[in-house]
Amino acid sequence: MKKEAVLQMKNIEKAYYGNKVLKNISLSVKAGEIHALLGENGAGKSTLMNILFGMPVIHSTGGFSGEVRLNDEIVEIKSPFDAMKLGIGMVHQEFMLIPDFTITENIKVNRETTTPNFISRTFKSKRLETLDHRAMDSDARKALDTLGMGIDEWTKVAGLPIGYMQFIEIAREIDKSGIKLLVFDEPTAVLTEGEADNLIAAIKGLAAKGIGILFITHRLEEVLQAADNITILRDGELVATRKKKETSVIELAELMVGRKIQILNKSGANNGGTDQREKAIEIKNLEVKMPGEAVKGIDLDVYKGEILGIGGLAGQGKIGIANGIMGLYESTGEVLINGQNLVLNDTKGSLRAGIAFVSEDRRGVGLLLDASIEYNIAVTTLQVKNKFLKRYGFFKQIDGRGVRQHAQQLIKDLDIRCSGSQQLTRQLSGGNQQKVCIARALTLEPNVLLVSEPTRGIDIGAKKLVLDLLLKLNKELGMTIIMTSSELVELRSICDRIVIISDGGIEGILPPEAEDREFGLMMAGEYKKLLGKEGM
Amino acid sequence: MLNNIKQEVKKYYSPSTIKRFMVDSSVPLLFIVVCLLGVYYSKLPAVFIVDTLLERITRNLFLVLALIIPVIAGLGLNFGIVIGAMAGQFAILMVKHFGIGGFPGFMLCIAISTPIAMLFGLMTARLMNKTKGQEMISSMIAGFFANGVYQFILLFLVGTLIPIKNDILVLANGVGVRNTIDLSRNGNLTYSLDNLLKLPLFQVLAAAAVIALLAMVADYHIKKRGKKASSIIQYGFKALVCLAVLVTSIAVLTSKSPVRNVKLPIVTTMVIAGLCIFNSIILKTKLGQDLRTVGQDMHIAKISGINVDRTREIAIIISTIFAAWGQIIFMQNIGTLATYGSHVQIATFSIAAILLGGASVSRATNGQAILGVILFHTLFIVSPKAGNNIFGEAQIGEFFRAFVAYGVIGVALGLHAWRKTMGGRKKKTTVVSE
Repeated sequence: MKKEAVLQMKNIEKAYYGNKVLKNISLSVKAGEIHALLGENGAGKSTLMNILFGMPVIHSTGGFSGEVRLNDEIVEIKSPFDAMKLGIGMVHQEFMLIPDFTITENIKVNRETTTPNFISRTFKSKRLETLDHRAMDSDARKALDTLGMGIDEWTKVAGLPIGYMQFIEIAREIDKSGIKLLVFDEPTAVLTEGEADNLIAAIKGLAAKGIGILFITHRLEEVLQAADNITILRDGELVATRKKKETSVIELAELMVGRKIQILNKSGANNGGTDQREKAIEIKNLEVKMPGEAVKGIDLDVYKGEILGIGGLAGQGKIGIANGIMGLYESTGEVLINGQNLVLNDTKGSLRAGIAFVSEDRRGVGLLLDASIEYNIAVTTLQVKNKFLKRYGFFKQIDGRGVRQHAQQLIKDLDIRCSGSQQLTRQLSGGNQQKVCIARALTLEPNVLLVSEPTRGIDIGAKKLVLDLLLKLNKELGMTIIMTSSELVELRSICDRIVIISDGGIEGILPPEAEDREFGLMMAGEYKKLLGKEGM
Repeated sequence: MLNNIKQEVKKYYSPSTIKRFMVDSSVPLLFIVVCLLGVYYSKLPAVFIVDTLLERITRNLFLVLALIIPVIAGLGLNFGIVIGAMAGQFAILMVKHFGIGGFPGFMLCIAISTPIAMLFGLMTARLMNKTKGQEMISSMIAGFFANGVYQFILLFLVGTLIPIKNDILVLANGVGVRNTIDLSRNGNLTYSLDNLLKLPLFQVLAAAAVIALLAMVADYHIKKRGKKASSIIQYGFKALVCLAVLVTSIAVLTSKSPVRNVKLPIVTTMVIAGLCIFNSIILKTKLGQDLRTVGQDMHIAKISGINVDRTREIAIIISTIFAAWGQIIFMQNIGTLATYGSHVQIATFSIAAILLGGASVSRATNGQAILGVILFHTLFIVSPKAGNNIFGEAQIGEFFRAFVAYGVIGVALGLHAWRKTMGGRKKKTTVVSE
């Protein structure tokens, strides 16, 4: 049985700077098989594919261990070009198409058919050969016909519907001679449902021709619709390999999400009787135009003194909510803070209304990397509340001493590890940078704290400290906290309620103790559908 | 058949396509109007305008055409052609020193300048590969820097480290090259290419139109592509243009206007035509497709296995070599080498010219270069006189053309930046990440 395997990856391990991201992963795809690779963001899917394609990011960080076999032969893939030569193709999630080129030109990028001419013979250079447009067009035609696409091969790509672009990507891969394995990286993420159905039909057609297909996705329904076998990754580990017939959406959801959870927020005092409690924020029909994280109409109440978690997969819109409330991206709808209407799209207004924000983009939006810790802590308050300022008639000057005293107090309170309050934030570790961000937010003395991805890119010890800090702020100061995170475990460990966002809307609200499969189904956007079907 | 053609005409010449054409080519259209007004108000004799214009076009067009390949390769407008021009001037100085004149002298200039330009081009390209996204400003600054080195070599090293004893070239104290060098003395390089063969312009045009018409008829019959309505329209359009040229030429030749005696330097024109052909043929090769791919999207080119940096180097080297040759053609027409000044404004004026022709930072064609040079030089010829006649002050015309030269570059760069950010935003909103 192993002999017909196109691709075998055995005992793959990979570490980035001592941090293991893949642990002992094995995977095998047979000719004509559609194999789904399932997992949350950060489960290790991309890293595994980077290894398969020999991306520079793998080799510049010390390579990997384990072996990759193609048709039962050990292969060494050192660059994407090697992968291409071996017959491994990839249909990218973000299209690798040149809009001003025709379909043919895009299909044939750097694989143009050429005929020798007088000059190329003289200089013995392949590069000076003439392009054979007729041959290229007929190849492109053939590839498009294989996929059942009637579109003219000389049409420019610019302006085509997204579904077509996807098919052109596929046409490019199948036009490559000797294609053995085709990887689809979340191919349906940008497609409408009808387009997705077409795509899956096309994928099945390709598999029937004997090409091995590796299908990366987190849409559970599609997996069952298309795949023969399913491999599930979680936190860099292989959780399970299932045959399609032996599994269900619910089991897959459970496998994808499930893990041990330590609930830190044990008081439970905040859980009961939500109806009578005061509302800190009321969100009505909020839409945020954040590219890649669009929010498409959300109604949500946040109660005073609770920690509300916002979870969901990347790209579904969870990040957009906090950014929308802060006015960082264009938004419409209604937001009430303590019953008062908040003017949207006005960051200063949001800050004045007592909302502080710790951005998910710590190094970009969150910090002035080349400024000192103390200045970073004071800067927003200084701008918004005119604190830390000395006045001399028309002129204002920063009150250096006041800023420093305040910063030193916070450095002590939050345990920021640094050489002093004048150290540049660029030099701090991720966890300490995050604490500086939180310190700045606290300096504003906010009523509501919005925290996005507070533990992204920081090590495990520091994660715990940051979460403990948030919990402490909530318990001791009664601060309302809205925490957005891709890491469900984190949300479940400190939040009172968890909102799961899918496709720009609220899929559901769960208590942290809810079952894994419920979270899994909600994140995959299948909860409402199943709820209707099975009456769960 | 006739209906087909009507439909095609409707398709290509509908109000919306005409509107788009007007918007896309607003710059050349505007300047065509300005030039015509200038010609009218300057009240200069036609023979003067045509003669001067022709000389300036043949003198400058080669340099402007040298800009096209870097634009295709996504490097923007190559201000680095100044460096190529320096290579050309080094070669001229050497040939002057050897005292070789005439066509052999000219060819020697070309031969000597080529390897120098290749080296300079490679160095410029390396710099541009290190400063991706800021190619234009880096090539401009590289030009300023190179000018410093150029002056250092010619003013200080010549006569000290480089032992040259030549009274015509070197200053009286034996160190440094003279400020102006007359190319017609000690081996005459002046008009060494232009004067090889000169024929009356309108006779040449008439002959060319007849040959083109014959070629088209032959092509039409051999290929038998005439069945497609769109290609019939294309043939028809080309034939009309040829006929128009033919009729005008005959009209001029039969008139008694002195314009009919204006002469065209045939060899120079053929060299320029050769470069036009090169620019379009290279695009039909694998290298040309690589240049286009790199120009469109470096990232995609890279993951498709194209050596992006090497391809960009080739583009800049080609452009620099052409700039060197272009400068030699330019100098042999001018006849006097201003050692420290001739090359300085070359890039600015060439770039202004190609932009006037409707090119942009990311798109440039032979046709735009030719149209741009015609417009630019018409403006140069007529604006002082027109300014004098309209405002009673020649200086205003001068101001106007300086304003045009720099203004059009500024506008083009601004437009490019604007399109880029708009394009970027579009991309971000349509392609949902992850």
